[in-house]
Amino acid sequence: MKKILPDDNSPFFDEKMETMTRAEIEALQLERLQATVQHCMNSPFYRSRFEEIGLKPEDIKSLDDIRRIPFTTKQDLRDTYPFGMASVPLRECTRLHSSSGTTGTPTVILHTQKDLEEWAAQVARNLWMVGLRPDDVFQNSSGYGMFTGGLGFQYGAERLGMLTIPAAAGNSLRQIKFITDFGTTALHAVPSYVTRLYEVMQSAGIDPRRDTKLKVLAIGAEPHSEEQRRRIEDMMGVKAYNSFGMSEMCGPGVGFECQEQNGLHFWEDYYIVEIVDPETLEPVPDGEVGELVLTSLCREAMPLLRYRTRDLTRVLGRTCPCGRNHVRIDRMRGRSDDMMVLRGVNIFPIQIEKILMTFPELASNYLITLTTDEDNDNMTVEVELEELFTDDFRRLQGLTNRIQRALKDEILLTPHVKLLPKGTLPVSEGKAVRVVDKRTVYQ
Amino acid sequence: MENTLKQLSIFIENKSGTLIKVLELFSKAKIQIIASTIADTQDYGIFRVLCSSPCEAYTILKEHGINVQLTDVLAIAIEDEPGHAALAISALSETGVNILYMYSFLWQGRGVLVMRTDESDKAMEVIEEKEMVLLGEDDFKI
Repeated sequence: MKKILPDDNSPFFDEKMETMTRAEIEALQLERLQATVQHCMNSPFYRSRFEEIGLKPEDIKSLDDIRRIPFTTKQDLRDTYPFGMASVPLRECTRLHSSSGTTGTPTVILHTQKDLEEWAAQVARNLWMVGLRPDDVFQNSSGYGMFTGGLGFQYGAERLGMLTIPAAAGNSLRQIKFITDFGTTALHAVPSYVTRLYEVMQSAGIDPRRDTKLKVLAIGAEPHSEEQRRRIEDMMGVKAYNSFGMSEMCGPGVGFECQEQNGLHFWEDYYIVEIVDPETLEPVPDGEVGELVLTSLCREAMPLLRYRTRDLTRVLGRTCPCGRNHVRIDRMRGRSDDMMVLRGVNIFPIQIEKILMTFPELASNYLITLTTDEDNDNMTVEVELEELFTDDFRRLQGLTNRIQRALKDEILLTPHVKLLPKGTLPVSEGKAVRVVDKRTVYQ
Repeated sequence: MENTLKQLSIFIENKSGTLIKVLELFSKAKIQIIASTIADTQDYGIFRVLCSSPCEAYTILKEHGINVQLTDVLAIAIEDEPGHAALAISALSETGVNILYMYSFLWQGRGVLVMRTDESDKAMEVIEEKEMVLLGEDDFKI
């Protein structure tokens, strides 16, 4: 099947949608919100929620009426696991993605064939926006499988018509061989992995400017600072564009920087973007930091209304020299819950706690410290010894190693484990401080 | 175990100020330290102490929330002459006994080798066989 593509010279992938005026965007959003709310009546979850508060789809008469709709949370997704949130029969779904479920019940996101096509079109729109065309070679060095960064970019890059290499994550020497052998011009990876690739290139005597055809990097899925992005650009001699996605909204493609690199355009034909105070849940004015709340407008299988992302950010503007009037959102500035994002992996302190509690040698207090070391995120877990059960260093080191391995199995990265005497860690009054984030990105 | 000595093994953070907190507890209780040694890693250390009343010291340290263990160690008395430490250690090593850690000091004109081995029963056999002098708690009464 031949997909129709714009002319290579067009700056837009979907000119009509991308260049709408604010009034046009809002008119389209209202129309799509009304349709989505109506469609949500097919979801057992939303139907009962609307009935509880007496909300009818026809009550949504203006965009402001969105505030009459209750928020949806990650807990709702867990409570309705696996299929209780679906708005279509399962036979109409063709794809399932799931979170790893390490914090308890996993969450499931369903897609219809149309959802997958829309998702691919969103990603293709982003990649076109930063100058990629069918002649480009796109290497996706993101994890595949349940993680949406793999298949999401794969289908989007293919939709744009690029030669797409599903390199997946890891094996840096092989990645570099692909880049040089296949003439890769665009690469998608988490920022810390780009830094790692550069280090390996250096030790292999490869200069990315001289020996590769790279021109565009798509980076996302872990928080990084502007300085970190500039360093990556300097190292690799290319432009690096920030990508935002979350599996609940489809995956990557929700927001992406244009060539101005001044905030991520969130596609308002696909989503309604709200920024709210995480305490009062009231909207905050443009420019002020709050929690990002998203409503999907085009999803069939599992539309989500007013989904609390827990990501903290702000609106930078609603116009842009690039010609797109879709809202510009600042890079993510942290979380309104205690989730940590390290090297692209989402980690909750409770996961660490759960593992530590299985060691009778340890006391209950612990502290997680996150640091940035040459652009790499590192985690130190400090734990206290309940009883000195030996004065043999080898056995103490053995305990440290066992804790480290157990944590790695749970959170997929290897933290530094520091054994301390009981009573060393600060005991806080009230809610214990479990995480100290010293990473430069949040400074 | 007969003829073994109680040593205090105290787990401390590898950070300035941690040792003094422990020493102050000894000082307040008027417990005299006979010999001590510190072994450390990057993150933590173990402060090993022979003192005048190890059981009392243990209780006090415990009460103050200190990670402490009473460890049985062997204290071998040797002549304060060159070559005597080598004699004692070679007797142990010939039978395949490994020393986990050791420290030494002078006590009333004799050398004392304090050690923990991986097989203390076997070590005792060697000590008896070679008629080495093993010191007990009574030998360190002050």
